Amino acid sequence: MQLIEFTESGLYCRQGDFYIDPWQPVNKAIITHAHSDHAKPGSRHYLCHHFTAPLLKLRLGDISIQSLEWNEEITINNVKVSLHPAGHIIGSSQIRISFNDDIWVVSGDYKVEDDGISGAFEPVRCNTFISESTFGLPLYKWKKQEVIYENIRQWITESHQSGKTPVIIAYSLGKAQRVLQCISTITDNIFAHGAIWNTQQALLTAGWKLPAIKRVIPEMPKEVFKNSVIIAPPSADGTPWMKKFSPYSIGVCSGWMQVRGNVRRKNADAGFALSDHADWDGLLSAVKATGADKVFVTHGFQSAFSRYLNENGILSAEVKTAYGGEEEEQEKPSTTTEQENEINTAGE
Amino acid sequence: MKAFSELIVKLGSSTKTNEKLEALSHYFATADDADKVWVIALFSGRRPKRIISSSFLQLWCLEITDLPAWLFEECYHTVGDLAETIALLLPERTGALRNAGLAFIISQLTALEKQDENAKKDFIVRTWLQMNKDDRFVFNKLLTGNFRIGVSQKMIVNALAKTVNLEPNIIAHRISGNWNPFTTSFNELLSDQLSAVDYSKPYPFYLAYALDTEVSDLGREEEWQAEWKWDGIRGQLIKRSNEIFVWSRGEELMTEKFPEYDDLRSLLPEGLVLDGEIIPSIDKKPLPFALLQTRIGRKNITKKNLQDAPIAFFAYDVLEYNGIDYRNQSLCQRRIILEEIVASVNHPVLLISPIVEFSTWQQLAHIRNSSRDMGAEGIMLKRKSSTYQAGRKVGDWWKWKIDPLVIDAVMIYAQKGHGRRSNLYTDYTFAVKDGDKLVTFTKAYSGLTDKEFAEVDAFVKRNSLEKFGPVRTVKPELVFEIAFEGIAASSRHKSGVALRFPRINRWRQDKKPGEINTLDDLKKMLDAYGKT
Ligand SMILES: [Zn+2]
Ligand SMILES: [Zn+2]
Repeated sequence: MQLIEFTESGLYCRQGDFYIDPWQPVNKAIITHAHSDHAKPGSRHYLCHHFTAPLLKLRLGDISIQSLEWNEEITINNVKVSLHPAGHIIGSSQIRISFNDDIWVVSGDYKVEDDGISGAFEPVRCNTFISESTFGLPLYKWKKQEVIYENIRQWITESHQSGKTPVIIAYSLGKAQRVLQCISTITDNIFAHGAIWNTQQALLTAGWKLPAIKRVIPEMPKEVFKNSVIIAPPSADGTPWMKKFSPYSIGVCSGWMQVRGNVRRKNADAGFALSDHADWDGLLSAVKATGADKVFVTHGFQSAFSRYLNENGILSAEVKTAYGGEEEEQEKPSTTTEQENEINTAGE
Repeated sequence: MKAFSELIVKLGSSTKTNEKLEALSHYFATADDADKVWVIALFSGRRPKRIISSSFLQLWCLEITDLPAWLFEECYHTVGDLAETIALLLPERTGALRNAGLAFIISQLTALEKQDENAKKDFIVRTWLQMNKDDRFVFNKLLTGNFRIGVSQKMIVNALAKTVNLEPNIIAHRISGNWNPFTTSFNELLSDQLSAVDYSKPYPFYLAYALDTEVSDLGREEEWQAEWKWDGIRGQLIKRSNEIFVWSRGEELMTEKFPEYDDLRSLLPEGLVLDGEIIPSIDKKPLPFALLQTRIGRKNITKKNLQDAPIAFFAYDVLEYNGIDYRNQSLCQRRIILEEIVASVNHPVLLISPIVEFSTWQQLAHIRNSSRDMGAEGIMLKRKSSTYQAGRKVGDWWKWKIDPLVIDAVMIYAQKGHGRRSNLYTDYTFAVKDGDKLVTFTKAYSGLTDKEFAEVDAFVKRNSLEKFGPVRTVKPELVFEIAFEGIAASSRHKSGVALRFPRINRWRQDKKPGEINTLDDLKKMLDAYGKT
């Protein structure tokens, strides 16, 4: 019997009688991280990392919750459970479970580059690894964080020089905190959308030290935003909310910006391929570091990644899950065409 | 190469015209002369010869990256562009190209043309590994030969006008003329020394205002000349220095787009400028504007285009004759000369736009109602004593247009387009309501911007209900305003009506499918306009 089964409600450990990131309400849920597709409401008891707990409460309200330190081992019905940093967002953890000699690791979402906020990804040895594959194609290769940060800062300077207010589109949990970390070295005049501001408050309350931001309030006069930097979630992009910043310039931070067509389709002035997920090389190195002889691949380019692993001597299978609803994952675009990619302005 | 690829990135990501213009003028102000020549050349469709088939590029990329072919395919499918896919898959560069400008790279590629595959591979792979992602993308576009810089001629001209000391229309003439980027220097192409006489130069167009009062307010009928208001491209046809030039009202030199007018070179008198309408036409009758659009967007006109949409020039004014400016003569006098010229040329490509005879305003109003049958959009009214003025002036010229018929409908089938749009769903079938059913009544093609097409395409891909061969049944959700020029009863159509020149007027994103027109509305239109 597999230590983890793939059921209607989610990844289930029968021996321990608990679920990991279930998408249906269950009795006991272990949560990898606080993104909405991995942390669903309605379960009776939640278990997660200390850092995830306040974020979970922010999203799910008053819930029964127990939290752990990384590498702290507990036993549930003879199954040993521990959490290990996944490097995806604040508090994000891989879940290691073992029973007798069988060791499984559920990655949740992860990235292997240390972003300085989320905790450095820790490779955990196991027999079976369950990996995400959001950017599981070799065309996704990220530049070093510092290089991208420098590009963002340069773009902000250029925007200001041409009299425009830079509006950075970043997911409110994860990306926004990294953007803040990036830009706070050149400005302290930062405004944020309410969604990002709320997340910031929860993190501050939990004791995180973050650069100060101001909340955008409808009554604020236009002049206030001059020479500032705005951070907004994708849901605000293209809405009337943006009007008061004009003239503005839009910079989108997302792994999907790796492909030109997506930058254009977003109508962005600049695209920065800054992601909270592992790139192709990151996924491969993570899989190898586990030493696992079997890898299940969840949400993303699971069929391609899984096939590649099989062809390279690692037994692998795709698993259908309900994950992939997080903002960055959700925006997986439809295919572009050669035609669209012409530098085209035929409408003129 | 770096400056050029930066320009391409800017042009590709700018959403505003003035940003593109800025990027271009910055480039022309700073780049190497030899490279600038090639940018102008690439823009005007002069590409270097393709030296290698793209399957080799793919093969070499697989060799370098050690990826299986199926995974390359998977990536290509996601990226949608071969040049970009290769640029993304190749490993980080190991060195940097030294002083390798666009012109230098192209000359190296050209030198390889006659060499064997290994020499080509050697050069291309070496170059790849010394380039960053953007440079590779542009380099691959050059290699695969499908490089298009889709900015308007006007924009290139305006950008150049900021750096060279020439009139925009001279620049337009020079860059659209006959020249070879391998042998022409930037100075030869755009030096102000050579600009002594500009034979191509058009006159400013005299533009009419829309009539916004009662037609009888114009005064006495005999002071006015009426013509059909054509639905084509307003243009000036020029013959000077034994050359033909065609300018559009947008001051774009379009000579190359209409090879039909070549025939007139030997027939027209020297020193002639005609004002008129560029319209597709067979047997002296105008054809729908939509047909013209099938040709306009193209760099190269095919034989089939010439056959399907032959172009004529419907002349309605003469501005210069025997090299003399006639614009200060009265319309009456100009008309006499015009009719003589057209009659003596006697060629189906040059037609006279006929005068519409009338004696009372009431009678003219009646004639105007039949504009649709003439393939016209209404009536032009010109004061017989008027001179040919410059620009939009009130008083002597008026356009008196009829409104198109319009109906709001929902899209229910979609099919992929042709040519440039062959990967996008751009051909749609529309339906109106009949009780709680939907009844299809027309297909319509043109009328959306590229951006709108891309959005509708994405909608179709997400909301397909069924597939019948190439046709997809789509969730009935998007509402469009369909305009058309006429309606007739038809037993061949399910709806019982057939439309003339149906086209998408606009996308009604403000309307829900519940708010579209009904089959009854169509039948009412048939009763009102369908009887002739
Ligand atoms: Zn996540
Ligand atoms: Zn996820």
